[in-house]
Order: sequence, then structure tokens, then C-alpha cells
Amino acid sequence: MPEEHVGSNIDESIQLKDPYWAAFLAWLVPGLGHLYQGRMAKAVLYFVCIMSTFSYGLYLGSDSEYGVGRVVYASWRPGDKRYPYLCQIGVGLPAMPALVQAIGARNGKAPLGEFMAPPRLQTSELDLHGRPSLHQLHRRLARYFELGTVYTMVAGLLNILVIFDAFAGPIVVPGKEEDEADSDESGSDKESEVQK
Amino acid sequence: MISSLLPTALNTIDLWYAVPLIVVVSLVYSATRHEETGEILIQSLRTGVWIVCFMTVIFALLMIVAWWL
Repeated sequence: MPEEHVGSNIDESIQLKDPYWAAFLAWLVPGLGHLYQGRMAKAVLYFVCIMSTFSYGLYLGSDSEYGVGRVVYASWRPGDKRYPYLCQIGVGLPAMPALVQAIGARNGKAPLGEFMAPPRLQTSELDLHGRPSLHQLHRRLARYFELGTVYTMVAGLLNILVIFDAFAGPIVVPGKEEDEADSDESGSDKESEVQK
Repeated sequence: MISSLLPTALNTIDLWYAVPLIVVVSLVYSATRHEETGEILIQSLRTGVWIVCFMTVIFALLMIVAWWL
């Protein structure tokens, strides 16, 4: 893959290396794509911001009795299609255990225990692992279920912006770009006048 | 009067959960528009203020609608 350079400024250009690989790494772990590109400050900023938001969301959706991270789970069962997970998966690897748990739950297993495991749908449903029902989770966590869901969703959605930044570089602000172009033109005009 | 205001005052505690989100969203959004750390911080401050103003306007509108109905 050829290396790409994006110049938001005249003096500097940003080395995107392989943008597809960088975008994949950025999705896998927030900030990893930027680390690969050598954009260290941004890598740290993205990792800290997104992972802290995701972790706080997991904390809000945790309970001493029902386990950690109950707000991040994958489910496509009738009556419980977990659409927020489509946003949460944007954070990449940290949301992956939910997929493992969902596949395991279909086979009656919970490979990672209670962590990100999908809840039961009905209280009467027999469950050998003692998983709580969705109703019990809502009753126990109350508004923290929604808050944790929102935090983890925002983290996933923010990482989509980060993936784009790793792929194509920073979005150039049109007004600023025009100003810079105008100032360059006026500067070159002045130079040509001086030469005359 | 105080008894009716108390639940409202307690509910405003939940608004503090918006603060970390505003900080994080404004920082990440600004970082996708700039490369220099200084520019990112200035832009994030602007974005943060914009978000707070926007939320205040929506809050005021909802208050008026709720008052009116």
C-alpha cells in the first residue's frame, strides 16, 4: 500500500502510512491507529477519552450481585434486539466479550461468567448459570442502566470519528483553509510587488 | 413549596453525568479537526461552550412547553 500524506498546513504534512490498516487498528483499540502513524499526542488523547468513557459506562452498569458491565451485551433474540450494541461495538476490542458471551449463551454456556453476558428475557426461564432477567437488571440498576448504556454508546460513536481521523487525517475547516489560502496569495502578491 | 422543589433539586444531580460526556465529546471532536495540541484545546473549549449553550436553549424550550401545557 502506498503511504499517504495529508497537508493541513503548508509547513507540515501528516504521515497516514497505510490508512486502511490504521483505520482497522483505530477501530480495534481507540488510539492504536494513531500510535501506528506516530501521532502520539492524539493516540493518548483518544485512548484516555474513549476508554475512560467506556469504562465509566461499564461501571455504571455494574452491580455487586449481578456482575460487571451488564449494559454492554449483544442480543438479537425476539423481544430483545440490543440495538445500542451497534454503537458500542464501535469501540472495538473492549466490546468484543459481549459477542463471545452472546454466542456462548445460544449454546447454553457463559465462557466469561457474568461479564457482558446477555440477560434472560423472562424470570420463569430456566437458567443454570443464575443469570438475572432483563426485568431484574432494570429494576436493580434503575436509571444507571440507561446512563451506562449512553456512556458506552457515546464511546463507540466517538471512536467512529477517530477511525475517520486515522484514515483520512483531520477534517480541514473550510473557512480556515480559505483564510490561509488568502493570506498566502496576498503574501505572494506582496513578494511579486517587491520583486517588481 | 420546599417539599415540591426538593424532588426537582434532587433530579438536577443527574445533570452532572452530562459533564464528563461534554468534556470528552468536545475534546475528541476537536481533535478530529486539528492536529496541533493548542488548537485542539481552544477548539474543544469553543465546542464545549457551544454544547452547553445548545443544551440550555433546549432545556429552556422544554421548560416553557411543560409550563404552557
